[in-house]
Amino acid sequence: MNAEPITQTIAGLIPAGAHVLDLGCGDGSLLELLQQEKGCTGYGVEIADDNVLACVQRGVNVLQLNLHRGLAEFQDQSFDVVLQIDTLQHLRNAEAMLLETTRVGRIGIIAFPNFAHWPNRLSVARGHMPVTRRMPYQWYDTPNIRVGTFKDFAALARKNGLQILDAFGLHDGRRVRRAPNLLASTAVFKLARS
Amino acid sequence: MPFIVEPQTMHFAAPLALQSGAAIADYELRYETYGKLNAARSNAVLVCHALNASHHVTGMYAGDDKSQGWWANMIGPGKPVDTNRFFVIGVNNLGSCFGSTGPMSPNPATGEVYGADFPVLTVEDWVAAQARLVEALGITQLAAVMGGSLGGMQALSWTLQYPERVRHAVGVASAPNLSAENIAFNEVARRAISTDPDFHGGDFYRHGVVPARGLRIARMLAHITYLSDDVMSRRFGRELRSAVAHSTNGYRFSTQDIEFQIESYLRHQGDKFSTFFDANTYLLITRALDYFDPAAAHGGDLTQTLARTQARFLLVSFSTDWRFPPARSREIVKALLENRRPVSYAEIDAPHGHDAFLLDDARYLGVVRAYFDRIDGGGA
Repeated sequence: MNAEPITQTIAGLIPAGAHVLDLGCGDGSLLELLQQEKGCTGYGVEIADDNVLACVQRGVNVLQLNLHRGLAEFQDQSFDVVLQIDTLQHLRNAEAMLLETTRVGRIGIIAFPNFAHWPNRLSVARGHMPVTRRMPYQWYDTPNIRVGTFKDFAALARKNGLQILDAFGLHDGRRVRRAPNLLASTAVFKLARS
Repeated sequence: MPFIVEPQTMHFAAPLALQSGAAIADYELRYETYGKLNAARSNAVLVCHALNASHHVTGMYAGDDKSQGWWANMIGPGKPVDTNRFFVIGVNNLGSCFGSTGPMSPNPATGEVYGADFPVLTVEDWVAAQARLVEALGITQLAAVMGGSLGGMQALSWTLQYPERVRHAVGVASAPNLSAENIAFNEVARRAISTDPDFHGGDFYRHGVVPARGLRIARMLAHITYLSDDVMSRRFGRELRSAVAHSTNGYRFSTQDIEFQIESYLRHQGDKFSTFFDANTYLLITRALDYFDPAAAHGGDLTQTLARTQARFLLVSFSTDWRFPPARSREIVKALLENRRPVSYAEIDAPHGHDAFLLDDARYLGVVRAYFDRIDGGGA
């Protein structure tokens, strides 16, 4: 998993001093980076006990909440930025949470593995689900229950009337602006309510 | 390695004004301290107790190896709240029955035992009394105040009554107020006590009796609410205390004998409790619980209420706690979020119900340890 370059790129998208909500914040390293280098404030949301512990150890505010219940604890437009970094693909209620993300945040930033990346296509063309650095799981044990593509996500955003402020691919730590649906292992969208 | 502690007593001559409008003067607080207060007096942690606990938070009394404190798994040398770093204070609340002035104490105004005349106290009154003790110990700001259940309510109240005197507040299995169901349970307990013929309107001391029947039933009822259905089923199930071999299902066919293990357990808990807990204290503390509702002064708006807090918060709840369920902790979380206050919240998926806050759970103790590890005690 090339998590480090994703973190760095996402951090670059967030304005200094922003109030940030990081949904599925993992061990809190992105929030820690944002706090230390950009003077951001905010909270992470996590369900896994070990990640909650890691956040507390880092001094990152973390809330152990289940995203399948939505974001009832959070008010409309109460954050400058709401992040879903490698979170969407684990959510049963992915569409509802997309709307929740743009309800609570003035900006939503969503990053997820792009299933249409060409090695994945090749693998499926050969008759097998892809197992890659980005998605290192077998089809029967993957936690990624929502596999979608860059193009699929753009369509979902449009269907929900969301404004795409920016969208690009990420691969090997570099932004991919040309044919991201084919050439990038990760899709990144910056969204807002219209 | 035994960790020997000794209780102390502090006397307060000046009257303390109470929320009810009454005042109490010439009272004493029993307390214990663990660890060393640093030169900057910046490493003090106050531990608030719940209904039936006391100032004896951790350690043991010399020569009594059964006298372990009630939160010994949480607090002590090398524990999550490490007394090698922190100066920890445990205090018995005013009106309780473990050495602080309460209904069993003589009223200095009359020379008679207070009994039913002991003033009704609130969580805010307890906190005000604790603040006097903390001040007398030379501490102007606590590194942290912490507590579980009713103790968590006191921690929350500290951040509202003395916002500048609390750097961190840790509330476990707590709530911003009691629900109607909680009050209902308290009322059944109080009625069990006050309708016991040995209660004598609260002046039973004079009659040389104790309303033990009422206390037993109060304790049995409360104990049920501290456990979860799961844990009770696992520990007791439908097991009989002594099955009769020749009878269907092993039943004795008696309505009054103990049949099931759970009955035996509850009776034992009730009997034990009635030998050491004061009936008037039980009424007082449950009433203080009922009354606690800091948001009431703000039209029920908890967000507005918590606007004046300055502390950083750690809140913990347990999934099977139906007395103070996670949703009640989440109300506090929500109000803090809306004030953009620093807060972390752990919702531990534990089977033990409300009691979980006193038990060993690596996730729970781990989070509290990690949180305290980052609290700056200001050096030794």
